[in-house]
Amino acid sequence: MRWPSFFHRRRRKFSSPQGRNQNLHRALRILSVVSSKLMENKGVLMTCPMSSYLEEQLQKRFRLLKLWDSQMKADFLKQNSQLISAVVGNTVLGADSELIDSLPNLEIVSSNSVGLDKIDLVKCKERGIRVTNTPDVLTDDVADLAIGLALATLRKISVADGFLRNGLWKNSDFGLTTKFSGKSVGILGLGRIGSAIAKRAKAFGCPIGYHSRSRKPNANYKYYSSVIDLAANCQILVVACALTDETRHIVNREVIDALGPEGILINIGRGPHVDEPELVSALVEGRLGGAGLDVYENEPEIPEKLFQLQNVVLLSHVGSDTVATCKAMADLVLANLEAHFLGKPLLTPVV
Amino acid sequence: MDSNSIGVLMTCPMSPPYLEQELDRRYRLLRFWKFPQKSELLKPHSQEIRAVVGNATIGANAELIDALPKLEIVSSYSVGLDKIDLAKCKERGIKVTYTPDLITDDAADLGIALILAVLRKICGCDLFVRRGLWKNGDFQLTSKFTGKSVGIIGLGRIGTAIAKRAEAFDCPISYYSRSEKADTNYKYYPSVIDLASNCQILVVACSLTPETRHIINREVIDALGPKGVLINIGRGPHVDEAELVSALVEGRLGGAGLDVFENEPEAPEELFGLDNVVLLPHVGSGTIETRTAMADLVLGNLEAHFLNKPLLTPVV
Repeated sequence: MRWPSFFHRRRRKFSSPQGRNQNLHRALRILSVVSSKLMENKGVLMTCPMSSYLEEQLQKRFRLLKLWDSQMKADFLKQNSQLISAVVGNTVLGADSELIDSLPNLEIVSSNSVGLDKIDLVKCKERGIRVTNTPDVLTDDVADLAIGLALATLRKISVADGFLRNGLWKNSDFGLTTKFSGKSVGILGLGRIGSAIAKRAKAFGCPIGYHSRSRKPNANYKYYSSVIDLAANCQILVVACALTDETRHIVNREVIDALGPEGILINIGRGPHVDEPELVSALVEGRLGGAGLDVYENEPEIPEKLFQLQNVVLLSHVGSDTVATCKAMADLVLANLEAHFLGKPLLTPVV
Repeated sequence: MDSNSIGVLMTCPMSPPYLEQELDRRYRLLRFWKFPQKSELLKPHSQEIRAVVGNATIGANAELIDALPKLEIVSSYSVGLDKIDLAKCKERGIKVTYTPDLITDDAADLGIALILAVLRKICGCDLFVRRGLWKNGDFQLTSKFTGKSVGIIGLGRIGTAIAKRAEAFDCPISYYSRSEKADTNYKYYPSVIDLASNCQILVVACSLTPETRHIINREVIDALGPKGVLINIGRGPHVDEAELVSALVEGRLGGAGLDVFENEPEAPEELFGLDNVVLLPHVGSGTIETRTAMADLVLGNLEAHFLNKPLLTPVV
């Protein structure tokens, strides 16, 4: 058969490297259009406001449903339950058993967090629902904040700044505070975040100890087989482990007593890691030297007794709340969703 | 030797009280600040005073040195020497000691603390929480520290200690110094403006001399730019404060963490309303541990001098 001349021209075009390249790009564009069309119809439920960038992108790429848009949560779910293939949750509102049960077509929970304590992982496993989170991209920010909290607590940075702005420096010097460099740091949980904290604290000459479910063979730090031993042997105790049933209230009265009146507690984990009423009374009574807290048992509620204390620093769960990291986390959520709907391997699967 | 007969002049109150208590115990201590008319103290006692203990606030200037004919040693409770007339001391054969190294860690810690407090708005967030505002909405997003480029002016003990800490946050380090340092891996810039143009966080950590006065001027601030952050743990006069204030107020500079000011304890009130600055009342070495160690060094130097032994940390 004789091919029409235009075909021969095209064939020559395709068989050249430039031609193959153009062909590839054309195919990718077609694929991209098809994928977009596919995903546009996928119902994604966002549990609460968490990032305007993430919300915009979800709106653009999927069929976004916002749980908080509707006052009557139960009705909203009833009306839309069949549509929802994915849930995007976070540390405030994840995917508990009740939510999962109400979504028969749920395929994936993509959490805008590294912590998984707000997701019923057992139920997800049962139902074959995939779960992804955002590890690594937020490690640095959280570790930075842990050091920031330790420094701010020991050197009373916020108090000193307030002292100056309130005109008190004209009357007297600020009081003496306490040195950070060289103090022993005990880390509860030597995962990604705990290791990043240790790396930073080492540069301040701080000897590092840790407690973990098991000893880490590659860590050069001193291992303590119990939290109490760790607390008794460090001056600054940092909570950096995941929240599970076992680690709830891992910092209790005994641990606080072991840390003692010169000790400092830094919590960048989860509020429920710490027995909060015990912590508050220890601080108020001077049985604990100080605390730097980014998380609390009932956020955004914070025990008001802490507001009068100068030896505590109180932040509003801002561990990973930088512009750069928020975007990186959101991009990871989106990439995981896309991968799932296109049948590709998930980037950061948990289940 | 009956040291209780040796007159030692302390220029101003210094905390903790440990130093004053020890000086009082060991020597005949004269407290400058108890005499509103300085001549009231100097006239009757000038022949007795063989040592002056000063600090970063009040040292030993030419006037004071001239008024003390028997002065043998100035033992400064500081590492900065800008309040001591070193030339005059050299002329008169007066020994000078200071307290180097001890404050290195505290000063470097404070440098990093200021960077984190400015970038992550720690003070602002703490205030937000204490005012009960979290119930109404989240705090704003802030700026990441890890990985930002840090430029250090002055790579002495303190500058090096800051670099070592910032490296643990994966910050690329560069510096400006009077001369390039042979034993370091950090990138050298031959001018402050070049350094400021090539870093995101600029830290002042050099000593104050006539050459370094206003080393941070309008050009340097402009080079650092609207996303740049200035950290001053050196001396207030390192920075042209009026230029700094207008740059911050006008948004031409991204933020600042300041522990020192040109006219302490005055600090520019125009900055008090800004949330991208952290302002500290010269607390650089103000920890109990370090001040106690500094006091011991002042006392150790005085003792060595009066026992004719080698001084522990002489300058002149």
